[in-house]
Amino acid sequence: MADPMRIRAQAAGDKATVRVLMSHEMETGQRKDSAGKVIPAWFIQEVSATHNGKNVLNAQWGPSISKNPFLQFVVKGAKAGDKIAVTWIDNKGDKRTDEATVS
Amino acid sequence: MKYACQRLLLSATAVVASGMVVVPAVAQKSAADGIAEYRKMLEDGNPADLFEAKGEDLWKTPRGPKKATLQACDLGLGPGVVKGAWVQLPRWFADTGKVQDVESRLVTCMATLQGFNAAELINTPFGKGEMNNITALATWVAAESRGKRFALPQDHAEEKRFYELGKRAFFFRGGPMDFSCASCHGEDGKRIRLQDLPNLTKNPGDGVGFAAWPAYRVSNGQMWSMQLRLNDCYRQQRFPYPGFASDLTVALGVYMGVNAKGAESIAPSIKR
Repeated sequence: MADPMRIRAQAAGDKATVRVLMSHEMETGQRKDSAGKVIPAWFIQEVSATHNGKNVLNAQWGPSISKNPFLQFVVKGAKAGDKIAVTWIDNKGDKRTDEATVS
Repeated sequence: MKYACQRLLLSATAVVASGMVVVPAVAQKSAADGIAEYRKMLEDGNPADLFEAKGEDLWKTPRGPKKATLQACDLGLGPGVVKGAWVQLPRWFADTGKVQDVESRLVTCMATLQGFNAAELINTPFGKGEMNNITALATWVAAESRGKRFALPQDHAEEKRFYELGKRAFFFRGGPMDFSCASCHGEDGKRIRLQDLPNLTKNPGDGVGFAAWPAYRVSNGQMWSMQLRLNDCYRQQRFPYPGFASDLTVALGVYMGVNAKGAESIAPSIKR
């Protein structure tokens, strides 16, 4: 089971800035371990975000994204009290969804 | 800007007057400023937060053969008191009769409360199995004292002895390169490549040196505790591995911690 994300969403004017920190190894599949064997690729492939249940962001990620990725985006029309949920799915099919309230 | 223009004018007159080429001084950002700026930019999304959250969770979760939490763990301020404990560690503990830092104390708690095998925990390499959990716990314990100032106790005779031991270790030269900790960290203004090194023989300032760890290293994506930091310093000096939670590393912790008295802890911080 994957570790939880940290999501912070702060409203300013008619939009909200969302900052997401995901906990993931993001292994490229290019590296070798100390025994010389290739470490299998393991990275987040799809990221999506919803604002009060409505999809606002879809992203396709690859192995070039860093370990423990940080994502920041702005949601127009989001105000304090709204719910922002972020979901990622990795190439092993593991997935994780976390939700935060806009403050 | 105005000042720079004046300088340019002045150097131009110098050229006319003496016929020599004078290169005008350009206001340039130092490497240290660049690194500070880089850290500032990353601070907002410091992945250390993830380890902090994991550590907090581990503290409250019943684990180990005894299925117990760590909430009764005494980090020096009484059972279960975490806030402010970090800035007073390493210190002497009556129950073990030893001076311990946060990580060796966590090992003690995990052994006595949760039933883990202490020797097994100590011999787990960094970044593997339970060692990851100890690092996360240490990160959380440090984070609970963020903004507080270092005030290590020096009342017990053993604490004083460890300070002297740490001092001796700090200046002890050896290994194939005849290095000591003091070779790099014994005076102001030293650096390795572009990285400024703190002078650890005195208080290097708020959030510098001992007050900056545990920290997340962006370059390798790892959370580094003080134990790992010290062990890596010794690796770079080509010393033998001093061992996790060894008396030597704890003594160095006492030496640096006492020297850093009054420095504000910013841990968990972010490092390049």
